[in-house]
Amino acid sequence: MSDEDKRLDEETGQYTTGHSYDGIEELNTPLPRWWLWTFYATIVWGIGYTVAYPAWPMISGATAGVLGYSSRAEVAEDIVAHEAKNASLVDELVAADIAALDPASDLHRYAVARGASVFRAQCSQCHGSGAAGAVGYPNLLDNAWLWGGTVDEIAYTVEHGIRNETADARYSEMPAFGEILTREEIAALVSHVQALPNGGAGGEAETLYLDNCVACHGDNGEGMQELGAPNIADAIWLYGGDAAAITQTITNARFGVMPAWGQRLSDADVRAVSLYVHALGGGE
Amino acid sequence: MGNYVKLILLGMVAIVAAIAVNWGRDLAYQVHAALIMVIAAGMFIYVLRNTDEPKPLAPDPLSGYDDGVVRYGVIATAFWGVAGFLVGVFIAFQLAFPALNFDWGQPFTNFGRLRPLHTSAVIFAFGGNALIATSFYIVQRTSGVRLFAGRLAWFVFWGYQLFIVLAATGYLLGVTQSKEYAEPEWYVDLWLTIVWVAYLIVFLGTIFTRKEKHIYVANWFLLSFIITVAMLHIVNNLAIPVSFWGSRSVQVFSGVQDAMTQWWYGHNAVGFFLTAGFLGMMYYFVPKQAGRPVYSYRLSIIHFWALIFLYIWAGPHHLHYTALPDWASTLGMVFSVILWMPSWGGMINGLMTLNGAWDKLRTDPIIRMFVVSLAFYGMSTFEGPMMSIKAVNSLSHYTDWTIGHVHSGALGWNGMITFACIYFLTPKLWGRDKMYSMPAINWHFWLATLGIVLYASSMWVTGIMEGLMWREVDDQGFLVNSFADTVSAKFPMYIVRGLGGLLFLSGALVMCWNMWMTIRGAKPYTQPVSEITTAVKGV
Repeated sequence: MSDEDKRLDEETGQYTTGHSYDGIEELNTPLPRWWLWTFYATIVWGIGYTVAYPAWPMISGATAGVLGYSSRAEVAEDIVAHEAKNASLVDELVAADIAALDPASDLHRYAVARGASVFRAQCSQCHGSGAAGAVGYPNLLDNAWLWGGTVDEIAYTVEHGIRNETADARYSEMPAFGEILTREEIAALVSHVQALPNGGAGGEAETLYLDNCVACHGDNGEGMQELGAPNIADAIWLYGGDAAAITQTITNARFGVMPAWGQRLSDADVRAVSLYVHALGGGE
Repeated sequence: MGNYVKLILLGMVAIVAAIAVNWGRDLAYQVHAALIMVIAAGMFIYVLRNTDEPKPLAPDPLSGYDDGVVRYGVIATAFWGVAGFLVGVFIAFQLAFPALNFDWGQPFTNFGRLRPLHTSAVIFAFGGNALIATSFYIVQRTSGVRLFAGRLAWFVFWGYQLFIVLAATGYLLGVTQSKEYAEPEWYVDLWLTIVWVAYLIVFLGTIFTRKEKHIYVANWFLLSFIITVAMLHIVNNLAIPVSFWGSRSVQVFSGVQDAMTQWWYGHNAVGFFLTAGFLGMMYYFVPKQAGRPVYSYRLSIIHFWALIFLYIWAGPHHLHYTALPDWASTLGMVFSVILWMPSWGGMINGLMTLNGAWDKLRTDPIIRMFVVSLAFYGMSTFEGPMMSIKAVNSLSHYTDWTIGHVHSGALGWNGMITFACIYFLTPKLWGRDKMYSMPAINWHFWLATLGIVLYASSMWVTGIMEGLMWREVDDQGFLVNSFADTVSAKFPMYIVRGLGGLLFLSGALVMCWNMWMTIRGAKPYTQPVSEITTAVKGV
């Protein structure tokens, strides 16, 4: 950059630096004042902020900041504050006999509100935010229950889950009849199961049903809640009621799993969500 | 002599790739090995046929520089741009109408596989090709020399295209290391490293052999982009392959260290790829198109050093309120806020360069594109520091606000400036007076601008709504909404977003038509050729 190359730019009144690259020149305009002062201000603020809050890493740990702030402590305080506000209701809920709770009581209203919140956060992913279920995930609004629809049964299901790896989980397993029966036999069974609401298909199909299915699903397909064996005569289907879906079910069996929520939720949450599900309309 | 080495290398690659096809543990790896085998075998035959027939790389007859690779780069930019925007529009509508995931197309048409295809196509294929092409154009002209190792520049171009194809087909076949914007697996990462080092050699070699006394500011930015991206790429992709014959690998870092490395990478990919690199483009093409000197040399020095020093610290703001320690979170936020003015330095220098040429806004749609891109740059570099503040972030994080922020930067700043550069370059590279249709540029400008406005505003609305719905609790402290409630509430805005994307895509298609008509036009202009070549020789 030699001084004699500098040129006064008439449009702006600034001198150029004397450089030219492929015809591009550069003006030597000073830094805009507002820009510089805002830059300084953010730096000053930044230094202040790092003094106030945890910021600079040291050899072991980091500076704690003069305000003693910690995001984990803040969340813990938040939770404690809410728990304290509802402490008496939580104690009552944990102590109460939930099956006998009066639906008009304050405690019941509190439990259902709490249960709804738990449901939205934890259960809606499978059962739907309106609890209407999906293929493979039972509808909790109707009165068809796989493992029982009383408050206590629901609470047991929530706490221990279904077919998971915990010891007290509800458990049963349907055989994969594809390894036991021929295709023709399965096809006959499918037609019988589909005809169950009208008394069945009769004949050889009925014999097959009596030989293979009746132990769990009952004489008339009414199911057995102790084994989680669904009623197959009520036209309510967890995995679909068309011939293809039933064929699939009989051939390969199904193995629906639900987590043991007792491991993740508090006692009060398990009870609350059970009361909420019970109150949805189908509870027994 | 060189050709014999090449032949040996290509032959070995073809054989190893053939073995890899046979022994590959998974489909994607086998497909990629087959692709590499075919390319290596094809090149083997090509090199063999041309051995002992010396063909010096002649300077371009139009400009006297090495512009062939830039021409290819400009076309690749437009091609990948349209491909990337198309996938973007499609996945936007997938979010509105999940049926568009198509049961018959699973798993290939799943959103989860198409989403990285979109992000990589627009950032690395569209943005990357734009950066490589323009940097080759800029560095020759501002250094007054042809490219250092011009053939290596061709290797960079084709090698980069191979990287894009390997990455994109890999995503569709389900190969990913699950790191956002760094999804390709180990062997693709290694290939990109080789290509990138070649890129650095070409660029740095050209700077070292320059005939200008000083290095122009655009080249500072481009060099910082190339060097930093190399560093980011290598560190974030440190992984150990499960087998040489398979695509899977295990990350070296784990847990919060892995997350921090990922966002140190992720944020600086924005900082150095989409900001520093594109500022390099801006510093050449804006003063060129405006015909005015750069506003302030001093500002360019200060904001360059401040920008590259500060950006590298800002990553932790992607991990506020996570397992990340509070101190790292604080530093990420503080450096992001201090970064505000250094980022704006680039906007000021770009916009104020128009001092004395503001009237061109009325007559020149290309200048208008540059100005709008700088305006979006300014807006998103204000929004970024704001969203990094923890209190704001607790509302905005994980919501569509982030998506809106990213797209106002990507569509507005990176997209618009690339379109303007393409309109600048196409006539020059193919020796035409100007683009075939100026009104079409105007159309493109308005389609794109309107598209960005629809996109950004709809995402602000859903983002803030979503953030408020997620944190809404009743008086007993219970959540009011389920996640699915927020998803269904966003539906109308998802449609608006999709339409915005459609407008942006149609603008790009108008551009492609305009490029086609310009390039295929029969009338190359001849006048400035001698001028430029003497300029090169004269310096």
